[in-house]
Amino acid sequence: MHVEQISIFIENKFGRLAEVTRILGDAGVNIRTLSLADTSDFGILRLIVNDTEKARTVLKERGFTVSKTEVVAVEIPDRPGGLADILQVLDADGINVEYMYAFVERCGENAVMIFRFDETQKAIATLTGKSFNVLPGERLYSM
Amino acid sequence: MFFNEEFETLPREALEALQLKRLKAMVARVEKSVPFYKDALAKAGVTSDSIKTLADLQRLPFTYKQDMRDSYPYNLFAVPMEDIVRIHASSGTTGKPTVVGYTRKDIETWSELMARSFVAAGVHKGDIIHNSYGYGLFTGGLGAHYGAERLGASVIPMSGGNTKKQIMIMQDFGSTVLTCTPSYSLFMAEAAREEGIDFRDLKLRVGIFGAEPWSEEMRRDIEGKLNLSAVDIYGLSEIMGPGVAIECCEAKKGLHVWEDHFIPEIINPETCEVLPEGQMGELVITTITKEGIPLIRYRTRDITSITYEPCVCGRTHARIARMSGRSDDMLIIRGVNVFPSQIEAILMGVEGVEPHYVLIVERKDNLDTLEVQVEVGENLFSDEIKHLQALSAKIEKQIKEMLGVTCRVRLVEPKSITRSEGKAKRVIDNRNKA
Ligand SMILES: [Zn+2]
Repeated sequence: MHVEQISIFIENKFGRLAEVTRILGDAGVNIRTLSLADTSDFGILRLIVNDTEKARTVLKERGFTVSKTEVVAVEIPDRPGGLADILQVLDADGINVEYMYAFVERCGENAVMIFRFDETQKAIATLTGKSFNVLPGERLYSM
Repeated sequence: MFFNEEFETLPREALEALQLKRLKAMVARVEKSVPFYKDALAKAGVTSDSIKTLADLQRLPFTYKQDMRDSYPYNLFAVPMEDIVRIHASSGTTGKPTVVGYTRKDIETWSELMARSFVAAGVHKGDIIHNSYGYGLFTGGLGAHYGAERLGASVIPMSGGNTKKQIMIMQDFGSTVLTCTPSYSLFMAEAAREEGIDFRDLKLRVGIFGAEPWSEEMRRDIEGKLNLSAVDIYGLSEIMGPGVAIECCEAKKGLHVWEDHFIPEIINPETCEVLPEGQMGELVITTITKEGIPLIRYRTRDITSITYEPCVCGRTHARIARMSGRSDDMLIIRGVNVFPSQIEAILMGVEGVEPHYVLIVERKDNLDTLEVQVEVGENLFSDEIKHLQALSAKIEKQIKEMLGVTCRVRLVEPKSITRSEGKAKRVIDNRNKA
């Protein structure tokens, strides 16, 4: 049920972000969503793409440090407190959110959030147990 | 295994008697034939006849690199030019190079000492030696070459550069021994990996690495990535070239100095007093058999310590510790003495760190700042900012604790640190720039 995400180490140098997106574009890889976490020196660019393996290969060939991580995509009910409900459920089960960001596309009426948990499988079990809609990777890659 | 068992295992007493005899003979030669030494010895009040014991060596004057520059090109030579068969020169980073000349006998001695060094490193006659030390004015290439031929091994005179070709030759020719700088060996392994070639699959068995300081951690890294036994070699053109000292493969604990040809001393570089066994200081070498350009108490600027303890290999010659950098490379940061090799040792102790780093020293508001740039490779990379920040903090803390200097660690992308095919550029000191 998890979603594959690739993470790229980039220095905070002008043009690096553009370079990554250009390399992927040239290789015919579509970026489904993207999030950048940064510090004053460096950043970690996190991407969900339509072809994880290809993205990884082309970026590595160009000398980037790349890793693959498992994240979880969850549909957020379109009502006040929708996200809070999810976080509460996870909290109750002692699951930590390492980071999260919004997916660009919506799933019908609802927003989609991407979560990185310390325990991916346990988080998926908790969320599906409480009837939250966890979206499979295949669905996201082609959204 | 020995190349010259009799001399390599000479009992200390006999070795020291031989040193004294040769020291006196050398001083007698230079006081006659080298005006520089004639003056210096007269000033120090020493004659060859007044040397009665090895302790008298301490009465002799030092020779500095500057003395060699001032004697450019031939004024320190002790024989007429018709007896010189080879000339080498060190690459002077500033100004004129230092020039050395060899008689036929000097070349024979050098070849033998290099052959001894090969054998000590575990090399034998049947080996194919891939020699990537530079050929030319630099002593590395030809020094290793003549030693390999003297031993009777097959030597491939590759010289430096053209990494792709180096890798191809190594693969196709079945090289079993590699001689180059330690950083170049890693550079080649990395270049090979990019071509889809794993160095561990090559026939290489022994690597003899020198011409720049390296660490025990870097040895582990090289041995893992190249699947060979990595041995440290020491030499400098002023004294001879490579093969002044070498680690034996039996112990890999200190480099045996060929004491029947060189007398090593360790001194405090500030006070010039001779230090006891085991203490770190500047290595000073006296050449006792050299004919072309004998040197008395040459200040190498290399920092090490010495031990006379017997070695498991059976050699009786003293051992010097792995070089901890040059006294010239020593950085003084806010009054603290720091050698780049110390920082490297700390970095290599951190899981996942590769030996690609650079130190940047600057002066901001009259205060020295040290930045340590570390490349983030796959083994180090974490998808989470906090892990990377914790890593930087950990390195900063260790450097502070172990060296007493505050630094800032900056994580950089792989290969943003310039790799050189020769010596790795580890330090960028911007303090003295206008
Ligand atoms: Zn030994």
